[in-house]
Amino acid sequence: MTESVKNTLLFIVVGGLILLTGFTQSWNAAILIMNMGLISAIMAIGVNLQWGFAGLFNVGVMGFVALGGLAVVLVSTPPTPGAWSSGGYGIFLALLLGAATVVAAVLVATRMPKGRAQTLTTIAILLVGFFVYRAVFDPSVAGVEAIEPAVAGNLGGLNLPVLVAWPAGGLLAAGAAWLIGKTALGLRSDYLAIATLGIAEIIIAIMKNEDWLARGVKNVYGIPRPAPVVGYEVDLQNDPSFVARADWFGLDPVIASTLSVKLGYSLLFMIVLLALLWMAQMALKSPWGRMMRAIRDNEVAAEAMGKDVTRRHLQIFVLGSAICGIAGAMMTTLDGQLTPGTYNPLRFTFLVWVMVIVGGSGNNFGAVLGAFLIWFLWVQVEPMGLWFMNLITSSMPDGSALKSHLIDSAAHMRLFTMGLILLIVLRFSPRGLIPEK
Amino acid sequence: MDLLNALVALANFVIVPAVAYGSQLALGALGVTLIYGILRFSNFAHGDTMAFGAMIAVLVTWGLQAAGVSFGPLPTALLALPFAILGCIALVLITDRLVYRFYREQKAKPVILVIVSMGVMFIMNGLVRFIIGPDDQRFSDGARFIISARDFKAMTGLREGLAIKTSQGITLVVAVIAVALLFWFLNKTRTGKSMRAYSDNEDLALLSGINPERVVMITWILVAALATTAGVLYGLDKSFKPFVYFQLLLPIFASAIVGGLGNPLGAIAGGFIIAFSEVTVTYAWKKVLTYVAPESLAPSGLVQFLSTDYKFAVSFAILLIVLLFKPTGLFKGKAV
Repeated sequence: MTESVKNTLLFIVVGGLILLTGFTQSWNAAILIMNMGLISAIMAIGVNLQWGFAGLFNVGVMGFVALGGLAVVLVSTPPTPGAWSSGGYGIFLALLLGAATVVAAVLVATRMPKGRAQTLTTIAILLVGFFVYRAVFDPSVAGVEAIEPAVAGNLGGLNLPVLVAWPAGGLLAAGAAWLIGKTALGLRSDYLAIATLGIAEIIIAIMKNEDWLARGVKNVYGIPRPAPVVGYEVDLQNDPSFVARADWFGLDPVIASTLSVKLGYSLLFMIVLLALLWMAQMALKSPWGRMMRAIRDNEVAAEAMGKDVTRRHLQIFVLGSAICGIAGAMMTTLDGQLTPGTYNPLRFTFLVWVMVIVGGSGNNFGAVLGAFLIWFLWVQVEPMGLWFMNLITSSMPDGSALKSHLIDSAAHMRLFTMGLILLIVLRFSPRGLIPEK
Repeated sequence: MDLLNALVALANFVIVPAVAYGSQLALGALGVTLIYGILRFSNFAHGDTMAFGAMIAVLVTWGLQAAGVSFGPLPTALLALPFAILGCIALVLITDRLVYRFYREQKAKPVILVIVSMGVMFIMNGLVRFIIGPDDQRFSDGARFIISARDFKAMTGLREGLAIKTSQGITLVVAVIAVALLFWFLNKTRTGKSMRAYSDNEDLALLSGINPERVVMITWILVAALATTAGVLYGLDKSFKPFVYFQLLLPIFASAIVGGLGNPLGAIAGGFIIAFSEVTVTYAWKKVLTYVAPESLAPSGLVQFLSTDYKFAVSFAILLIVLLFKPTGLFKGKAV
């Protein structure tokens, strides 16, 4: 069996698993798995770019995904009336002042001759800058957050089509990645891991607490859909030609409309995935991709050949994070809401890592396959765990504390299973399902 | 001007909580730093090891409480601590045997071990959630305060009260004992010396006939004891919630790196540096300043630099500053 036949078979198996969900559970569930699988595949391509191509250990995926979601709110929701005049400009000015303070402090720290005067000036600039920033920032924030706190209280967005928000999410994530890469790359790999872990937590903390930005934990609802590809169920049900077509398929118009909306998302996500996959494949085969792998395999040798290792690392770190940002924007669009409280590192960072490693790090198709497979398992382990628990507790008497505890805990089987899969793959097949060529 | 009241307020809201939190972080960071020094990787499963140890303590405490055993004014959890440590030692030794040993024999790159520890983290996290559930669990009992704010006021006649919780006092005492034992072990016993030798120069240690597997085993035992102690103390002081232990990973790593990875003394210093900066930056200074400043200059706002939700940002900022200017940490660690 040649390699390409084996790989095709693996994809067919995973596709078959999703189809099986459609036949045995519901098509709605199957399409949901496929949609999140497509988004996970894009995240996995991003992580694979960083880890598989360049050996960078980024455990801040969650932060970049969340930034993508933030971009959707900032780009596609309508602006809150009066928010800009009652404090929006003040916030903007305060942020500029804050940035100016940091720049001034960095300039002083680098330009002034070393000594006590330099340290004191730097600290003085930072302190004065901080208080000026807070003096401008606090009243402006209060002004914005006072506007209809029950439904708004934030600046709102630019009211642009939601598809524009996807690349914007990528850009936002890329900007954050540039900042963190500039400081943490070039140190040892563990440090990059801890730095990215930290930045992700901070991004989530900011999104939860800065209500003027995207309403914090009050969440933003009703994010517009990417019309005309994805419509609204109610409109479809009132459209006679759609009802007629649904009838022709023998489907109830309500069910048909939900399926059609979800399939619309699938189509868009598929286009993005294929485009990114094609680009990642081209990058892998190009001289640039070969250089990246050379750097990954032996940094010292690559440096001796005149490659600027730190700059190349920064480049690929920014690119990979941008892809995660795009995926995050797509996910928020699919949900139709931004809920900062639901971002959890186990789900958004470490699960993506499991996908890449199980699929095959260094191989784009492997990452995509791993994403679909692991997402399918992540969704299905819960019902499977429940079934398993029911099986092993079937002989226990009803109402026993152990039985009810075991059945209640079945939901937590997920993390355990994912860890087990990761360890087994790392031990017995460290190159993954579709190994790097 | 009322310096005395200002001092008491400062002690009550900043110094006492920060000392307790710092001791907990220091114990956690010692575990991370020992693993880094001997096994040479950053253990991402450390937070969940703490959670696992603390979970056993919670379960044993409940058992003891149900059996009517109590420890007088002290929390019953202290009686449960030895059992919890034993349980945690069993878990990490089994993990080492089944998971880490394979990679050690292969001489795998540190980053592979970090990814492996990620898998272990998933499993431990799943185990804890499976056994005790993801919710908050309270297990502290005994006297709540060593000195309550009201008693202190009655005793001294000051306007500000100073409250010291039993859990805070116990944290400090237990942490001091644990650290003293650890340093005695590392510096005075033969096994401890062989551990330090192995950490300094692996090849030389092997040549001198030190058994690496034994060193690794002792390390895991120490780490499990430290992690469980830290986890139980943190749980007594705040409350036991599995996810919180995962989130402690960041301040713990920050403490270990700020102090210098692989250096036990640095881990302790790092723990206190991180704890004190987190508490001072997120504390609303209004009360203290009103006592110190003349009346005309009394602050109108809360004088809080950052809201408490940003305490992660504080440990992170310190971590970044140290990484940028002194990557080996304040007390010469191993990492470059």
